[in-house]
Amino acid sequence: MFSLDTTLTLQHFLYVSGALFAIGLAGVMVRRNLIVIFMCLELMLSAANLTLVAFSRYRTEGDLPDYDGQVLLFFIITVAAAEVAVGLAIIVALFRSRETTDVSQITELKH
Amino acid sequence: MIFFFYLFAALAICGGLGVIAYKNPVTSAFSMIVSFLGLAALFIQLDAYLVGILQILVYAGAIMVLFIFIIMLLDIKEEEEKTFSAGRIFSASIAGIGFLALVTLVLVRSGVGHKEALPEVAGLGGAGKSDTHHIGELLFSHYWFPIQIVGVLLLVATVGVVVLSRKQLR
Repeated sequence: MFSLDTTLTLQHFLYVSGALFAIGLAGVMVRRNLIVIFMCLELMLSAANLTLVAFSRYRTEGDLPDYDGQVLLFFIITVAAAEVAVGLAIIVALFRSRETTDVSQITELKH
Repeated sequence: MIFFFYLFAALAICGGLGVIAYKNPVTSAFSMIVSFLGLAALFIQLDAYLVGILQILVYAGAIMVLFIFIIMLLDIKEEEEKTFSAGRIFSASIAGIGFLALVTLVLVRSGVGHKEALPEVAGLGGAGKSDTHHIGELLFSHYWFPIQIVGVLLLVATVGVVVLSRKQLR
């Protein structure tokens, strides 16, 4: 699996991406602060970004990387910025009415 | 080359671990910035200069400033529990390690990108055009419609945030 010789292969990047995604997933499950959970979601998004760039670089077209992957990443970053703005506004509104960002105390929709 | 890969991969992963390990949200946010800087370095190592710089400017700059701003605005203290509960840590490690094992299984069995080194990209930089040029050309020719949609999305998000954060919601 993780070869230690000197060629830098696509798999190296895919493992790092998988590890980052796993960390984000564990963080979403273990943390209770809404803002930290949101940051872990961003981490998972970035892990997916790394996969996109790695595939775009290793799949060449002519003598250039395949830029479709990087264009998709451009869109992902834009949408993530919009998503963070809206999400944080929702968290602020929630904090105004509840005085907490602890997910274990926000259970109205559970019952 | 491979040394820098391991260096920046370790930086990204340690930053990510810091996000979930530190109890103070501000420390988590700063670990997140470290993680994003490592990721941006990996992007630049993959010859994706524009995307690497965007990662620093937009993620490590704008988005994390927004996070830290909100954390300090809401004045969130450390989480009440002194430690995370053992059950949560257990289930989260099971999920994380399980996912990583799944990724490893898929990569080993399929062997995708197992051997070949980075392909040569002679057309990039030097005598050729920069990657910003190529991405921009693609954005405004083939992807002209999605970029309009993204513009509308940003406008909607801006208006929505202003409406959401007004003092009286109803």
